[in-house]
Amino acid sequence: MLAGFSGFTAIYIFMLAAFTGYEVISRVPVILHTPLMSGSNFIHGIVLVGAMVALGHAITPIEQTIGFIGVVLAVGNAVGGYFVTERMLAMFKRGGQQ
Amino acid sequence: MSTAVELQHALEKTETSLHQAQQDFTQLKQISSQYLAETGPTIQTETPIPVDKPLVTDLPTPSTQATTTVPPPHPLQQILKDWGAPVIEISYFLAAVLFILGLKKMSSPLTAKKGIIWAGVGMLIATLVTFGYPNMHNYTLILIALVIGALPAWWFAKRVAMTDMPQMIAIYNGMGGGAAAAIAAVELFRSTSQGFDHGLTVQTLAVLGALIGSVSFSGSLIAFAKLQSIMKKSWIFPHQKLLNLVIFGIAVLLGIIIVIQGQAPIPLLIAFFLLTLIFGVLMTLPIGGADMPVVISLYNALTGLAVAFEGFVLGNAAMIIAGTVVGSAGTLLTQLMAKAMNRSLGNVLFSGFGATAGQIVDESSVQGSLKPIDASDAGVMMAYAKQVIIIPGYGMAVAQAQHKLWELTKALTDKEVTVKFAIHPVAGRMPGHMNVLLAEAGVPYDMIFDLDEINAEFSQTDVALVIGANDVVNPIARTDPSSPIYGMPILNADYAKNVIVIKRGRGTGFSGIENYLFYADNTRMLYGDGQKMVAELLHAVKEL
Repeated sequence: MLAGFSGFTAIYIFMLAAFTGYEVISRVPVILHTPLMSGSNFIHGIVLVGAMVALGHAITPIEQTIGFIGVVLAVGNAVGGYFVTERMLAMFKRGGQQ
Repeated sequence: MSTAVELQHALEKTETSLHQAQQDFTQLKQISSQYLAETGPTIQTETPIPVDKPLVTDLPTPSTQATTTVPPPHPLQQILKDWGAPVIEISYFLAAVLFILGLKKMSSPLTAKKGIIWAGVGMLIATLVTFGYPNMHNYTLILIALVIGALPAWWFAKRVAMTDMPQMIAIYNGMGGGAAAAIAAVELFRSTSQGFDHGLTVQTLAVLGALIGSVSFSGSLIAFAKLQSIMKKSWIFPHQKLLNLVIFGIAVLLGIIIVIQGQAPIPLLIAFFLLTLIFGVLMTLPIGGADMPVVISLYNALTGLAVAFEGFVLGNAAMIIAGTVVGSAGTLLTQLMAKAMNRSLGNVLFSGFGATAGQIVDESSVQGSLKPIDASDAGVMMAYAKQVIIIPGYGMAVAQAQHKLWELTKALTDKEVTVKFAIHPVAGRMPGHMNVLLAEAGVPYDMIFDLDEINAEFSQTDVALVIGANDVVNPIARTDPSSPIYGMPILNADYAKNVIVIKRGRGTGFSGIENYLFYADNTRMLYGDGQKMVAELLHAVKEL
């Protein structure tokens, strides 16, 4: 464990992050629903960091196998999520802009 | 314990670590000057730092003055040991900040492009510093896994058609859920194989994250299969809900046993994971394709939550923050989508769509008749209009008519006709999907309007052009309480002076409900393929 914070600190982080997520997108226009869903899908690709650590700590073959699958899936989430979102957002433009 | 004593303790601790740092530094210096003496010209060493002089003089010198004689293995390793953890912590913090700012930017069309780049930078930083994480092995495996996972994801993400975007999001989301479950699995297996306990809180969160993550994984795969039309029908059989409940119950029971046991036997863990995967499949099977966007959005929020839980297990604040932010933002987004589709979340999850819809309204109750028009007349009507509102539906995207539609828009604008696009929240296959499809064709987003923004304008509009849309313009949603779509907000196309409907044939919409708009006195039907008809309209407008 790297940070080593107590249970209550984690609950505070959890609560504040939940409010942040809610506030950040509470006024989002419908036109951005699909890209935003895709963007938030990319952000939980941070699971990659955890998957790397899990595989880094794996010892038995079964742990290594599951850890390996975990990293493959996580990097797919992060990389795929990024390029899909970027492609969608790159197309949005205002009138007069070309 | 009083505050003064506590403070003193803290000071003592600080001093000890300062001492340690000073000693390390001196040793480092010695080693480096030794190294330099062997390999190159000697560097004049400065006056050595007084190691023994205490920094806080009025405190007793700590008794733990360890005089380590073992030199550190290598200066670089020592630096990594001293600075590795803080650098990783700071980078994770930075990543979390970049994610939140990126998400904020993504919620406005002006800054959205920057938003994803910011979040991407955060992800890159977090991934790179993780290679310096303490006590890591299997670096080769990690690198191989990164390449194997990244290349196909990148390849498909770059090539997938915009119409297929919903299932792409589904599959990438499922992968995230699967990764969260895999982290939980490794941690649970590890505690058994290495014989240590995670503690009740961590064990509970690991099991919860595993449950949510694997349901999201297998559920998203089914959602993908349905949207990709690999799996066409909804599987509904008797006692389905009961079976789902039983499987879910057993999975939860096994989860509780794993939490209580601490170091759970491997077969029990395998059984638990298999059951959660099966539950994800069974839960998603009965849900119809039309409700899939809401389901994908829900699984997106669930994956975020699973990531947050596993972040707690690993003591990783970046995962907790990013996961929770996505969890709550995704929940809100799911609610917004369900509301836009006039469905409650419970309704989506626990009843097949086919159960309520599909009942066809008695034909005899329809007043009036279908009145066809040809493209040249329709084109003239639009060219002489003051304002035209175009209402595209998914049928337009299927016919690939969006590029021709944009050309028609430009031709009309040249004739000083005001053209606006009206998008119903459920146009396309998920909210906002139609905007992406129009944006792909080059339609600027300030010509595109939401239902709330544009509905008041139909009464001052000369022509409403409906292309590939059906249920979202059906006035029966306002008038007939017995209709399955009653109460759904619709675009008031029928209030326009003239309505032109481009339609392939006479069939009913996706829900099988007769559309009263098509029989209205001010409506003309333009039968034919969407792309071809728009091309003919364009031709007619340009000829004038």
